[in-house]
Amino acid sequence: MADLTKLAPGAAVLLQGNEAIARGALEAGISLAAAYPGNPSSEILESLADSADSAGIHVEWSANEKVALESAAAASFTGLRAMASMKQNGVNVAQDFICNLNISGVRGGLVLVTCDDPSGISSTNEQDARFISRLASLPLLEPATPEECLAMMRFAFELSEAIGNLVVLRSVSRLSHTRAGVVPGELPAGRALPYWDPKTRWFTVPVVPRHQVMLDKLARARSIMAASGFNRYQGPDRPDLLVIASASSALYAAEARRMLDVEGRVGILKLGCTWPLDEDMILSRLEKASHVLFAEEIDPFLETEIKALYAQNAPRLGVMNFFGKGSGHLPLIGEMTPGKLAGAMAGILGLSWLPVAKDYRLQATQLAQGMAAPRDLAFCPGCPHRASYWTIKQTLAVDGRQGIVSGDIGCYTLGLHPTGFERVNSVHCMGSGLGVASGLGQLKKLGFKQPVVCVVGDSTFFHAALPGLINARWNRSDYVLVVLDNSATAMTGFQPHPGTGVTATGQPGVAVDVESFCRAIGLPAQVVDPYDLGAAQEALYDALQQPDGLRVLIFRRVCALVQGRRGGHPWRMSVDEKLCRGEDCGCHRYCTRVFRCPGLVFDEARGRAAIDEVVCVGCGVCAQICPAGAIKAQAKEDAA
Amino acid sequence: MSDLVHDPLNILITGVGGQGNVLASQVLGRALLAAGYVVTVGETYGLSQRGGAVMSMVRVSRDRTMGPLIPENQATAIVSLEPLEALRVLPQYGQPEVVVITNDRPLLPINVISGQSSYPDLADLKAALGQVAGRLLWVPATQAALALGSPILANVVMLGALAASGILPIGLKEIEAGLAQMFPPAKMAPNREALSRGWKMVRS
Repeated sequence: MADLTKLAPGAAVLLQGNEAIARGALEAGISLAAAYPGNPSSEILESLADSADSAGIHVEWSANEKVALESAAAASFTGLRAMASMKQNGVNVAQDFICNLNISGVRGGLVLVTCDDPSGISSTNEQDARFISRLASLPLLEPATPEECLAMMRFAFELSEAIGNLVVLRSVSRLSHTRAGVVPGELPAGRALPYWDPKTRWFTVPVVPRHQVMLDKLARARSIMAASGFNRYQGPDRPDLLVIASASSALYAAEARRMLDVEGRVGILKLGCTWPLDEDMILSRLEKASHVLFAEEIDPFLETEIKALYAQNAPRLGVMNFFGKGSGHLPLIGEMTPGKLAGAMAGILGLSWLPVAKDYRLQATQLAQGMAAPRDLAFCPGCPHRASYWTIKQTLAVDGRQGIVSGDIGCYTLGLHPTGFERVNSVHCMGSGLGVASGLGQLKKLGFKQPVVCVVGDSTFFHAALPGLINARWNRSDYVLVVLDNSATAMTGFQPHPGTGVTATGQPGVAVDVESFCRAIGLPAQVVDPYDLGAAQEALYDALQQPDGLRVLIFRRVCALVQGRRGGHPWRMSVDEKLCRGEDCGCHRYCTRVFRCPGLVFDEARGRAAIDEVVCVGCGVCAQICPAGAIKAQAKEDAA
Repeated sequence: MSDLVHDPLNILITGVGGQGNVLASQVLGRALLAAGYVVTVGETYGLSQRGGAVMSMVRVSRDRTMGPLIPENQATAIVSLEPLEALRVLPQYGQPEVVVITNDRPLLPINVISGQSSYPDLADLKAALGQVAGRLLWVPATQAALALGSPILANVVMLGALAASGILPIGLKEIEAGLAQMFPPAKMAPNREALSRGWKMVRS
């Protein structure tokens, strides 16, 4: 990322949606930004961190999203503008606070940015976080382009201060990770000093009257948002089909309309302010149409609310036809595309439309299906998790009691897949691996005979694992916790976390290490290098054989990609073809069939394992699994 | 501003995580924006370092803001950093006139390494691409990059090949300026050389 304060006002520059969100916040004069990393939201805080020094603001990675929003709210209570950014799952983590903050209200402009992930491109779910605006009665903005990201962030802070409540801005992966020309505005010259008058209080009781205050704020937001210009109609005055769209779907709708050549028949009402609804504007368009198609991602949010608005006004509006996710014209799952909208529009308008000649699509599909093997997700070459899961798989096999592995969120979630030997049995949300393990660890007295291993990453450990760990300790749950400590929030781009002792801006913080925490609750934690398969397997086997209680192992080895940036791994790998047993090894190509490292391949022509030197990083682990001793690790300096 | 061979010009860059796909699309986006076009670059990543397929979409117009997704079967050109990935995207994005420019160096999926699936014979793969591409450029980009000292330069070699294909309204000089926005001066020499090798492999 780059220092966004250096952008020249007025000169177009290619900015990612997330960078435009960050620049908008800087232009709005934020003083504090906090977040927990998670794709597709991470670059917002990363670019603010790189701008923090120049802007003179505080930017931090917080231990989790709830703490991030609470920290931002604190700044707001002192009169400063602040923000918290997160992915859709993070909104769930912060939800309890949000559903009280909405009643207490805020002082300095406070904005929550959620980046949702239609199609779950980098997520474990496909959740529409717009629900939080409906649930908590908070204004909601949905930008469609990086340019709008910037403009709406500036507006969001003004709106938040005008009504005295939190404002939600919702992006999606395709917008957060889209780059387009953006013209930056001016940065503010100065800012107020933070001050909290001791006579003022921020709280939620008495609940009922303050609930009314909250609703009054939302009503005020409705009129301010209606005047914002972010809701626009483009098309004929009385269209044959009215498309009501938000965010990228509005661009896709415009493109679909052009592809079908129906610009004279289809109107698009693009809503940028999506909660509360601009009822007057929407009703004025419904009056002039009889067929309406909704285009949005992920849930039918606008569709449901606008149908309800219609129901309220049906006697005046008469019979109308609504299309979208409810009617089956658009799928309820997966991200929107121009083609899906073109198909829906064509169907409603009675046109026939295909994106390309049928024969072409058929031929390309047949060729691809015949040849293009799927590309399974894989741990990177040299990834310590591959070695860790190898140890878990082998050790549980030797243990022989059909052990269960409770998993968690991070790169190591891929333990569900072949790259982790499918050795993870359950994954849900941040920290839930420890809660599930805690419960499993209580079932022995009910006749559950299988040993339980729980894996958790170092960043997740600090984010949400601690209550589960404490619960297990308190209630004497019986399982082995393996902390897969790669010293980074690797999945989301190597952000620092409490264990690294470095802050978001690269300043020294105070390192909070996993083993000290465990020791403090009376749990000795053994640290093992997962690259040393023998030692790791022995440690895990011993832990499994201990009679009961919670045992902790820390498999500590830095992320292979981080190691790559620090000068790489020490070994040059090679295969001694005379020793390699080839096809016959371990009932057929043992190393490549079972270990599955992208850097270790099978040379079909020679009938022997081989190292792909473009891919292999030289971690040396595969040399330990070869039963014939054919895979050799030679120090790179000696080999050079 | 020159005319575009198609407006919008839809360039899909595909490959495998870690090949420098996103960087290539950014360089192209910056170069095209500097030349005065309206550019939208959509990037798909998240699990991109984890061996999965990765796509970027560069959309260029003289005057219209485009959405981040290339509509189904409307790619003007497909630049693929790995040959099988070119074939994978053709059913959804290809059309009879599409120009396919692909690196010829396979990166084996782990399911191929493990023996569960097989990787096609390269000659068969090339023939298949030829059947559904309007024009196919088969570029030994990784080989050229290795000759320059680092396989990661293959993405820049491919940009050189794309420039040579005649699809772009800009030339090598503009792409080089885009690269210079991303790299410190000290790292520009191998990048310049990679660009020029890519160009020569198509033009000579």
